Amino acid sequence: MTDCHPAPARAGERLAVIDHDAPLIALAGQPNMGKSTLFNLLTGLNQHVGNWPGKTVERREGHFDLNGRTARLVDLPGAYSLTANSPEEVIAREFILRDKPTVVIAVISAANLERSLYLVAELAALDAPLVVALNMVDVAAQEGIQVDAAALEASLGVPVIPMTASKALGVPRLLDVVENLLASSEPQHINQPEVRSDHRAVLENIESLVAAHIPAPYPPGWISLKLLEGDAEVTQMMRTLLPVQVWDAVHEVLRAHDDAFLAVASGRYEWIGRIIRSAVSHPKVGQVGITERIDRWAAHPVWGLFILAGILGLVFWLTFAIGSPLQEWLEAQIIAPLAGWAAQALTGAPFWVQGMIVDGLIGGVGSVLTFLPILIIFFAAFALIEDVGYMARAAYVMDNLMHLMGLHGKSFLPLFLGFGCNVPAIMGTRVIESWPARLLTILIAPFVPCTARMAVVAFIAPVFFGSRAVWVSWGLILLSLLALVGSGALLNRVIFKGQRSAFVMEMPLYHVPNARTIGLLVWQRSLAFVKKAGTAILGMSLLVWVLSYLPNGDLNTSFLAKFGQWLEPLGQWMGFDWRLMVALITSFPAKENAIATLGVLFGNSPGAGLADALSATFSTATALSFLVVTMLFIPCMATVAVIKQEANSWRWALVSLLLPLLLSVLAGTSVYHLALWIGL
Amino acid sequence: MPENNRQLLLSDMNTGDHATILAFQGGRAVVNRLASLGFTPGAQVDMSQNYGRGPLIVTVRGMRVALGRGEADNIVVSRGAHD
Repeated sequence: MTDCHPAPARAGERLAVIDHDAPLIALAGQPNMGKSTLFNLLTGLNQHVGNWPGKTVERREGHFDLNGRTARLVDLPGAYSLTANSPEEVIAREFILRDKPTVVIAVISAANLERSLYLVAELAALDAPLVVALNMVDVAAQEGIQVDAAALEASLGVPVIPMTASKALGVPRLLDVVENLLASSEPQHINQPEVRSDHRAVLENIESLVAAHIPAPYPPGWISLKLLEGDAEVTQMMRTLLPVQVWDAVHEVLRAHDDAFLAVASGRYEWIGRIIRSAVSHPKVGQVGITERIDRWAAHPVWGLFILAGILGLVFWLTFAIGSPLQEWLEAQIIAPLAGWAAQALTGAPFWVQGMIVDGLIGGVGSVLTFLPILIIFFAAFALIEDVGYMARAAYVMDNLMHLMGLHGKSFLPLFLGFGCNVPAIMGTRVIESWPARLLTILIAPFVPCTARMAVVAFIAPVFFGSRAVWVSWGLILLSLLALVGSGALLNRVIFKGQRSAFVMEMPLYHVPNARTIGLLVWQRSLAFVKKAGTAILGMSLLVWVLSYLPNGDLNTSFLAKFGQWLEPLGQWMGFDWRLMVALITSFPAKENAIATLGVLFGNSPGAGLADALSATFSTATALSFLVVTMLFIPCMATVAVIKQEANSWRWALVSLLLPLLLSVLAGTSVYHLALWIGL
Repeated sequence: MPENNRQLLLSDMNTGDHATILAFQGGRAVVNRLASLGFTPGAQVDMSQNYGRGPLIVTVRGMRVALGRGEADNIVVSRGAHD
């Protein structure tokens, strides 16, 4: 969920140039272990983001220089365990079993060994060559935890490399160890955890029953263990593979021990406990850490909400204070002179060439590109909040409010992301485990005002409201959120009949943000925006210009004017003329198009910028109504496409179009008449 | 439900209390997820934040975990650390 409007996934497209004999290395780890930091550190910009085939889970793959040779690196999805609780966990284990990576690097945290070794306990059963990257040594040291890597290595039976990925410490040694492991043909002797003693006989019993029937890539011991754990996928697979009488016997044993997964999990934690006792010295107990102290405020049921509102407010304020002047400066100093210069240079060219380049290309795409500083500030701020570890707190304090819609706090995470861009928000709903909750979140996510909509607000609000623009913008955000909660509550009542799902979420430790991680996120998202400006927005700008020029070169009798005039009766409810209706409709491919379209439509106003032309043409009531409708209008084309893809249904995609359409016309009409009534 | 006064629900613990997990009630899918996060019988749980309503935060095996009240209602504990 890092990419704004990503291109359709074509896995391996960019990696086709890489030698497929190159060693394949997999990164495994639980969430919040610094796995992505290590992946970014190794691959830099040589990475490709797509989807795992047939799954809505992000797949990141790249290549890096392994002491002189190229190696492929696959970032497995973050998973707490390898039991089929979630698609991430299934993908991680299937990849290791089927694609047989030459080496699996397990990223664990020195600051939280007990919990992060749980995944290592699961990986140990998969028979893959394993290297343990003992990350976050610096954080552990701050908390007074000393981990003896040599002792850990001795008790695990696999290489353990201490490192601090956020400061790029320990990486050369990791690469050396991986290289050695590639060269060596000696099998590893990984120390395996055992099932808690009261269930060992049961496991042996299952093993003897199924041993002769296990298919190729699966280790027999692992299959028996997963059967005992009640793993849904493995159970299903073995039910179809085993002869009926064998399955009946196995099923009988499993039924008698249906709480055995607790014995398996307990066995792993006993194993972890023994390892920790030998490797960790002097863990401080009962000390109040910095995270606990911050959370007394950040996760407080009342203050937490104020802090969240404050953070959001700060981000929007930054945009207005720094982004808007930059945007105006670009418009006045770069785009306007460029348009003037191009008009002069093209005086000899046919009129339509001049019009297309000056009004369509520079006026349309150019205006949109001036929003880049605004977007970069947004992306940087959100990447920072994400990387510091604050997101989980936002989800936590929003849990009560989300209950109004039958959702829980986790649904707030993708919604939060939606302030950047709705597309990653829809994709981000993948963190929600239950399908009804996920679908509901998908349907309400487009009401979160994205940067593109805020860019339109950032342009129009100051023109009509001057210094009060910040308050108008706040009001518009509040209105959008009200629409979100209202329609969420309604949909929950009507469609989901008040079902609720379990809320279990890790609260990661706060940590110092990593400039590289943030920089890469900002880079990827900004690049996606520039690409969009070069394609969807360019196409729309040119189309708008052509339609405003045909059939006889006069805007007022053009096709575009006719279409707008045809819709004007509807627009009049909301105080719009045909030009605003056209701007609204052309915002479907991309929300920022509203400004680009107005740029084209007012391109003929002599000697005045778009801002002056707008304030001379429209009343404040009309402007306010236009802003309200823009906030609530149908989601952009890319968002609808992603909704269709993630919900796997045209019906829900249609619902996601009709609901906002109805709501925006209703809200626009009411706001316009209310504004007229109070004399705006 | 708890049979004697030593058995409580995790949601009954106050901020700062220590408890030991005894058993789980409720659906297997949730219990399985909880188990992989370190919630197993015998594990010690510290209540980091509980305001009596809404979600709560506990620390289990060194990890801070947010739980919905409904989930915490399904974890049977006894007060104090047993080790």
